[in-house]
Amino acid sequence: MLKLESVDVAYGHVQALTGVSIEVRDGELVTLLGANGAGKSSALMTVSGIVRPKAGALSYDGVDLSKTSPFDIVKLGVIHCPEGRRIFGGLTVQENLRMGAMRRADAPAVRRDMEWVYSLFPVLGQRRRQAGFTLSGGEQQMLAISRALMAEPRLLMLDEPSLGLAPLVVKAIFQVIRELHRRGVTILLVEQNVRQALAVADRGYVLVTGKIALEGTGADLRARPELEQAYLSTAKAHP
Amino acid sequence: MAMRARAGGSPGADPSPVGARLLSRLLVPVVLLGGLAVALGAVSLFAGDYLLRIVIIIGINVILVAALNLSNGFTGVFSLGHVGFMAIGAYAASILTLPVHLKAVNLPDLPRWLGGAALPFLPATLIAGLIAMAVALAVGLSLMRLKGAYISVATLGFLVIVQVILVNWDALTRGARTFAGVPPYATVWNVWIWAALTVYAVWRIGASAFGRDMRGARDNEIAAQSLGVSVLRSRLLAFCLSAFLTGVAGSLWAHFITSFSPKSFFFTQAFSIITMLVIGGLGSVSGSVIGVVLITVFSELLRNAERGFDLGFLRLPPLYGASQIIMAVLFILVIVFRPAGLLGGREIDVRGILRRVTAPRREKPKEEDL
Amino acid sequence: MSGGELLLQQLINAVSVGSLYALMAIGLAMVFGILRLINFAHGDLIMVGSYVALLLMVAGLPFLVAAAAGIAASTIAGLVMERVAYRPLRGAHEIAMLLTSFSVTIFLENLAIILFRPTSRPFAAPAVLRGVIEMGQLRVAGLDLIAIAIAAVLLLGLTLFVKRTTIGIAMRAASQDLLAARLMGINVNAVIATAFAIGSLLAGVVGLLWSARVGKIDPLMGFNPVLKAFVASVIGGLGSLPGAVIGAYVLGGLEILLQGLLPSALTPYRDAFVFAILIALLLFRPNGILGSTEREKI
Repeated sequence: MLKLESVDVAYGHVQALTGVSIEVRDGELVTLLGANGAGKSSALMTVSGIVRPKAGALSYDGVDLSKTSPFDIVKLGVIHCPEGRRIFGGLTVQENLRMGAMRRADAPAVRRDMEWVYSLFPVLGQRRRQAGFTLSGGEQQMLAISRALMAEPRLLMLDEPSLGLAPLVVKAIFQVIRELHRRGVTILLVEQNVRQALAVADRGYVLVTGKIALEGTGADLRARPELEQAYLSTAKAHP
Repeated sequence: MAMRARAGGSPGADPSPVGARLLSRLLVPVVLLGGLAVALGAVSLFAGDYLLRIVIIIGINVILVAALNLSNGFTGVFSLGHVGFMAIGAYAASILTLPVHLKAVNLPDLPRWLGGAALPFLPATLIAGLIAMAVALAVGLSLMRLKGAYISVATLGFLVIVQVILVNWDALTRGARTFAGVPPYATVWNVWIWAALTVYAVWRIGASAFGRDMRGARDNEIAAQSLGVSVLRSRLLAFCLSAFLTGVAGSLWAHFITSFSPKSFFFTQAFSIITMLVIGGLGSVSGSVIGVVLITVFSELLRNAERGFDLGFLRLPPLYGASQIIMAVLFILVIVFRPAGLLGGREIDVRGILRRVTAPRREKPKEEDL
Repeated sequence: MSGGELLLQQLINAVSVGSLYALMAIGLAMVFGILRLINFAHGDLIMVGSYVALLLMVAGLPFLVAAAAGIAASTIAGLVMERVAYRPLRGAHEIAMLLTSFSVTIFLENLAIILFRPTSRPFAAPAVLRGVIEMGQLRVAGLDLIAIAIAAVLLLGLTLFVKRTTIGIAMRAASQDLLAARLMGINVNAVIATAFAIGSLLAGVVGLLWSARVGKIDPLMGFNPVLKAFVASVIGGLGSLPGAVIGAYVLGGLEILLQGLLPSALTPYRDAFVFAILIALLLFRPNGILGSTEREKI
């Protein structure tokens, strides 16, 4: 289980998160919503250890993440699939997947997972020897998610997987997210696509300028009118 | 020197009448200049030759580092080859001031119009500075478009080009041989007058709108461009001004040391100037001055120690090169632990300090980070 | 000598010089690709290896042993450099890292001056390397051919390494996106150390070949080679491995070409011309010949 308690994150003088408390229990799909700049990506960066919290407690299965190196955090099974896909463009699809599995020693298991990933995303299988930069946006997103899957995640964190993608591709990706959820992979999903996110999520949190403004189950949040306000309020703050 | 860039005046900040404000604004520079004049007077009267030389070297280094700050610190164009401009200034001025009879002996192949005359110090220095500036313009037009590491490499290339030309253009420079006999026109006074002018000029530019534009472009080029700041133009201008001042410093140095060769203007010199700049803090003019004083004094001490000493219980053999090693280590330590330099890129706020000392119950004025 | 033979002679010259530059430039490019660090001290690794080899040869050890030790010394020096000077600076500004590498250079060069005195020392390669092969009117230095052969083998080996081995692929990944590599749990420290180790090893090899060519070594010998390697990298596009190699051979060819074409009054200015051409090149292709034409992403 992932637990953030009153976490503060700042970049220099800019406060990104204030007093943020989030829980993700095993097997859950929790979504983190909010407008641009609300702090969603900062939250994920803090969990994966790239950024350190200024205050507050941060743990996964009891291990204090704020004192763990990003390398060891990945070893715990906390895998962060970053915003903007960030695949290795010069490497082939196959090589990208290999990189995801780099720290794993069990070669047959890695091969099995690779075949599984190709079954989830057949188009990747077709393009396995192609360089990453030749893939379309949607394919790159699939590759990014697959690469993360190759790392054998116990907690998979996805940062805006639907960003900039065509509706059909988004649908395909969310189908895979549903499938992963069904298989029991714990997922923390950061999204701007509120509708799709709440459709798959068990629970959700809404971030507004670094603070948690709303939380509840997926159904709860869908019914709340404040949800729209949360996205508009940031617009109002900067006329 | 105070460095509060008050654009248009902040409302309600200073209720005293205009006359008093003008006086206070003039007070600090006048006091500083007065103090400097007194110190220089004392030094020139009472100090021995060695100390006098150190003071002159410090003055020249102040010009070099302040000029470098104008380019590297303010615009982010990290020039590694500025020493090339110093070389151009040194050689140009020296060729112009060398007495005619020496020119006939040392530079027999000079074209007639150069060989026949010897200029006095100030015109020669100014011309040298202008020549350096012209070269900077030509070089800068090509370099300003480059980014980051590429600009630094290109300026290093420039340094090599200058070096190669100096070593090979025998007729003009005596090639790799020592260029000697330069009249010793540099004194504590004219060096420090130039130093004061340079520091003042660089400081004023830094505090001006132009300076703000430059630093904006340095910190975020894309944002600056969207505000309509012509990044290329401001960089080029700063680069050329910086080259002019560096060329002047070269002339001063040449007329201080009276003999030099192309080797005097290469990698080691470039590095020591950059060290002073970085330790004092990129972007801070007062920091540059402090950096210069500290490093010059420190490296002089080290250089003396290099010759080895005998304290009775402690004997150290000559270790030439040890001072460089210590400087290098010091540099690395500063970069790792305090990369913004001693002053963190800010300036010493003398007026602020005075104000706080004389009126402790007044509300603290906001300090603008530069 | 017929025109064809002259051309061949110069070609071999150019390829031989280019090979040395290539081995140097690759080391620079590998480190720059991952860390965005321009390691000026890379040149001094040449110096370290050469001095160690020389000392052992003078002590009576056979050349191959001394050479191996020299290469090992360079490699170790490079790894120490990384650990002590550059790792604390991870993530620092480009310029800070560049200046640090200057400091390391000054440190190493002055250390060598203190230990070995600034004057140069003769470096005598064994007779077998100093042979000259004659084919018709052509005189080809054995050393040139050996340099070309060694470079070819090493470059081939390196290519296989970065394409086939896991850590080689990880190096490519890290140079494309260091953050994503960290997020994937790639051991970035190990990858960077490997890059330094390989680059330093190559520098050690270059040191021996260079010293044998020039016939003497001195504490400042690394400055010129690293500058040339740098130019080669920039020509090909900083950070790109194939670019570094191409840039190196272009540079070698350019130097030989200028040497031949420049009127004799101007040949001493050859290096100035090379740099001027570099600056001109950067005007049209600011990122080098093979460098990405990617502009900053907004």
